[in-house]
Amino acid sequence: MDMPVLSTMRSDLATRLKPEAEAKIVARDVNVFYGDKHALKSVSVDVPDRSVMAFIGPSGCGKSTFLRCINRMNDTIPICRVTGKIEIDKQDIYDPSLDVVQLRARVGMVFQKPNPFPKSIFENVAYGPRIHGLASSKGELEQIVMSSLEKAGLDKEVRDRLHDSGTSLSGGQQQRLCIARAIAVNPEIILMDEPCSALDPIATARIEELMEELKENFTIVIVTHSMQQAARVSQRTAFFHLGILVEEGSTDQVFTNPKDKRTQDYITGRFG
Amino acid sequence: MTDIAALTGDGPIRHRQGDAAAARVRRRYRAEARFKAYGIAALVVTTVFLVVLLADILVKGMPAFTQHSVTLSVPVPAEGFGDRSVSAIRGADYFPITRDALKAAIPGIESRSGERTLTRLLSTGAPDVLRDRLVANPSLIGTTVQVPLLLSDDADLYFKGVGTRIDSRAARGTATPSGTTGEITIESTAGDFGADLATVRKAIAQQVLRLTAEADRAQSSGATDAVARVAALREEIATLRTRLDDPKSQEELDSKAPSLLVAINDGLVKITKLSDTAVSGDVLLPLSSADPAGAGAWRVVTYLTPESNRKVTDQDVAFLERFKDLGAVHRDFNWLFFSSGDSREPELAGIRGALVGTALTLLVTLALCVPIGVLAAVYLEEFASKNNLTALIEVNINNLAAVPSIVFGLLGLAVFLNFFALPRSAPLVGGLVLALLVLPTIIIAARAALKAVPPSIKEAALGVGASHQQAVFHHVLPLAMPGIMTGTIIGMAHALGETAPLLMIGMIAFIVDVPAGLTDAATVLPVQIYLWSDLPEVAFQAKTAATIIVLLLFLFVMNGMAIWLRKKFERRW
Repeated sequence: MDMPVLSTMRSDLATRLKPEAEAKIVARDVNVFYGDKHALKSVSVDVPDRSVMAFIGPSGCGKSTFLRCINRMNDTIPICRVTGKIEIDKQDIYDPSLDVVQLRARVGMVFQKPNPFPKSIFENVAYGPRIHGLASSKGELEQIVMSSLEKAGLDKEVRDRLHDSGTSLSGGQQQRLCIARAIAVNPEIILMDEPCSALDPIATARIEELMEELKENFTIVIVTHSMQQAARVSQRTAFFHLGILVEEGSTDQVFTNPKDKRTQDYITGRFG
Repeated sequence: MTDIAALTGDGPIRHRQGDAAAARVRRRYRAEARFKAYGIAALVVTTVFLVVLLADILVKGMPAFTQHSVTLSVPVPAEGFGDRSVSAIRGADYFPITRDALKAAIPGIESRSGERTLTRLLSTGAPDVLRDRLVANPSLIGTTVQVPLLLSDDADLYFKGVGTRIDSRAARGTATPSGTTGEITIESTAGDFGADLATVRKAIAQQVLRLTAEADRAQSSGATDAVARVAALREEIATLRTRLDDPKSQEELDSKAPSLLVAINDGLVKITKLSDTAVSGDVLLPLSSADPAGAGAWRVVTYLTPESNRKVTDQDVAFLERFKDLGAVHRDFNWLFFSSGDSREPELAGIRGALVGTALTLLVTLALCVPIGVLAAVYLEEFASKNNLTALIEVNINNLAAVPSIVFGLLGLAVFLNFFALPRSAPLVGGLVLALLVLPTIIIAARAALKAVPPSIKEAALGVGASHQQAVFHHVLPLAMPGIMTGTIIGMAHALGETAPLLMIGMIAFIVDVPAGLTDAATVLPVQIYLWSDLPEVAFQAKTAATIIVLLLFLFVMNGMAIWLRKKFERRW
């Protein structure tokens, strides 16, 4: 079987250019069905490269569902069906010839609840590079782990306890460990599904700071319930409601001058 | 907005106050107390039953863990060992050697029957120790060796308390025996035997009363054979009455009454005829002389359990008591129980064969069950598409777990023995059958363990680009392993105690040899228990209980291991 050679498309982080507002992810007419339930209705959106895009909306509006389409995590749900087209760097990710495992290496994910493996901190981060063969030696692997922990702002806190269990960390540290784990496989996109909903405000602030730094090198898509968070961290915001993408635009515009009545009602707290 | 003020009025809040509310609270407390009492009662009843069961098994089984032997100086003759090679020493006849050693220990036994009784006290396996010692060190041939000789099961049981209580009292008069061996009479100057005679007569009087009542009953019943029966009874009554009416008559003692003996001049005489001042009887242990013995120098001994009610005869008891007085009897840990196979002789029977058979059988079961069971569970839980076929398989696995075990035995008989022509009674077949039996249990346990792993772990692995298979084998399966191991061990414990299916494939045979391989004939612990529980020898009852103890210990160890593994590898996330 001939897989598209993804590695040639994966430009190295350091040499990546940073042109403004070039669409990294292009979604057109995406529909998602859970059995008979039409969960996402004809969503089309562009996610610009190396920026933070926030998906907001009330619970059950389909924003997480859409996020999980981007790395085809919905494939694991047997009754889930996706139609439409999602392209990353102009390549259709639902192309049958595309290897979903390679895709997920390009599109990392951070989940709502911190979910480190019940293994050591080092193993948590090293697992991804190891299965993808990113390190040719033990030293190289250690280097990847340390730099990933550094990028996730966790290196100082765990330097002396790399072999403690990942589950022994605090909630905020665990979430940053999960971010480090995602970074370690050198993805282009990081999807974050309500990454701060289980964290206290201080830990949340740290993650938000981290996102600010990470967006220099990664395209970040975040789903959040907190409108303040969306306003703080994102450059673009998309508002979902009942499976429909209601409004999408720059964060400033969506929060200060929403075009749609529903968006306005939501961000002013009328419902949700 | 709901009007909060409305709630605080005399509306719905009222149920929290007043007598009715207080009564409701009291009723709730009473119900809770009642529930607690039921729980404690159930617990107490269960504990009592369990304690009684375990105590019963322990009390019955503990004696089997020790064994009595008599240590004698055995002179080993220089001849009779051929060229003194190992095979010649092994093949030599040891019976005369041990017999002579016994005769030397209790001198003066000349009669054939006395000799037979003496040699019968030893186990047929008694010379084994001597044989092993000579094989190890042939230079002992021609010397005298101190050897512990294993006692027979009845003799062993006698020392474990399954014999008779012995009473003895010092006599008042001076006794004169008429000889030292054979049948002798002893005359006492005082009426030393008066009390015994009175006891015997009282027993006869009671017997007369009983027989009379029976004769009356038979007469009034009017059955066809009543006339003959009444005549026989009347005759017996008449004989007994004659004995009672004659005050000076000698009473003959029989085996239905406690045995009376006289210990005099280092010998022992069993009384057969009893009168006030003189007795006559058989010499059980030869007297050193026929000299008169003074008051206090001789004793009247009673074996309280009648001879007909015990396995050991008066002669046996006399010999065994003599060995005990010589200080030759030892009680040691019964290594033979763990080192030998089954035997028809209770004192030689051991559980080594059953233990090895169990180990081999469980090994086969484990080797088959764990890979098949775990992989089947992983496939069904993680990879199989959910369709009617997998649903059918699932239902059938759950049903198989509830199928009576004998059915698996029949299946094994039909498939493994008749179709594949595998050897009968073999641990290989036993293991195959038990594997079939345990597989559903393991699959169900493994699936439950896999299901219990939070999906977030799998998502995390998929999120960093692991394939489905990598996610399952790197993360989900290791996390499910403690649960799978627990389920496996519980399943194995179930297999360990299983008897019925093994009966069907012939593992019930009497097998003396310890199995050396998977295709040798073997038996397993529960079947051994079943076999021994059926045997008439009293000593096998203790062996049965002891084997149950061993089996229970195995089960406790396995279950303990399951708990330990779960505690040790349990991870929190």
